[in-house]
Amino acid sequence: MDVEVGRELPPFVREAGFEAWNRYAAVNDEFVPIHMDDTAGRAAGYSGAFGMGNLQWAYMHCLLREWLAGTNGRIVTLNCQFRQASEQHHTVSAKAVVTAVREEDGERIVELDVWTEIEDGTKLAPGSATVAIPTT
Amino acid sequence: MPDTWITDEMRAAIGGQHSDRTSMPISVSDIRKWAQAVYYPEAPPREYWDEEFAATTSSSGGIVAPEEFNPFAWMTAAGPPSRESLGQGASTTERRLGVAPPATSNMLNGGISVEYTGVRMRPGDVIRSVTSLVDYSERPGRLGLMLFTTTEDRWTNQDGELIKIQRAVLIRY
Repeated sequence: MDVEVGRELPPFVREAGFEAWNRYAAVNDEFVPIHMDDTAGRAAGYSGAFGMGNLQWAYMHCLLREWLAGTNGRIVTLNCQFRQASEQHHTVSAKAVVTAVREEDGERIVELDVWTEIEDGTKLAPGSATVAIPTT
Repeated sequence: MPDTWITDEMRAAIGGQHSDRTSMPISVSDIRKWAQAVYYPEAPPREYWDEEFAATTSSSGGIVAPEEFNPFAWMTAAGPPSRESLGQGASTTERRLGVAPPATSNMLNGGISVEYTGVRMRPGDVIRSVTSLVDYSERPGRLGLMLFTTTEDRWTNQDGELIKIQRAVLIRY
C-alpha cells in the first residue's frame, strides 16, 4: 500500500439519527436521555437529542480498519476530543490524513490526523491516530 | 455559577481505583451485533459474522471483536446492575469512591484516548477492567463552570494479557 504524508483516507460516512443511535444504544447499553429524548437534549443546551460521542469513536475505528483491510495492519493509538455533537439528519464523515511515516522494527508506523465532521465541514471530534503496517 | 465543583473530599480521592469489573464471556453473537450497529446501515465486514470466513481468510485465525467493542454492556459477571445503581450516571465515579458527587445537572463525553497492545478480544474471552480516577479540572464554558473528570481504564483478558489502556474525560456542568 502506498502511504505518504498528505494522503487522505477514503471517508467513512453515515447518517445521524435515531435509527443509528438506537442501534448503538442497544449494543452499548447507552440509553441516556440526551440521546433519546429531544426535551433532554434541549435541556443540555442542544436543539434536540444528539448522537453519542462513542458512536463517532466507533466510526473513527471503522475508517481506520477499512483503510488497513488486507494489510495485517493494526491500530496502535487513537484519541479525540468531542467538541460538538451530531444531530438528527446530519451526515457524519470520519476522515483522516497521513501526517508522518517511519519504519520501525519491520513495521511502517503511520501517524494520522483523524476527525469527524458534518456536511458543512464543521469538525465534531478532532483527534489523531497511529497505525502499524507490516512491511514484509 | 459555583466557584468550584471540586471539593476537598473529591481532590483526596484522585488516584483511587473506583471500578474492577469482569465481563461475561464474549460471544460471537455479541460481536456480530456490535458490528451491525456500528456499520449500520451497511452490512458489517464478513470477518465479524462468518466464523468460517474469518478462520480461513483473516490473519487473526478467526473472529475477533472490533477494537472499540464493549464487553461490559448490560451485565458483567457480577450480574445485572442493582436498581439503586441505575440512573446514577454522571456521579458513578464519586459514589464508588465513597465521595459526595458534585451537584452538576448535565454530563457530556469530553474525549477518549487509547493505546492498543495488539492483543484482540475473541469469542470466549473474559475481560477484566480496572478503572481509576486520574484527575479533576475545571474551566468556565458557555453553559457554566465545566468540571472535567479524567479516568483510566486498563483491560486484560483471562490470561492476564493487557488489551488496552484507555483514558476518558467526562464533562459535567
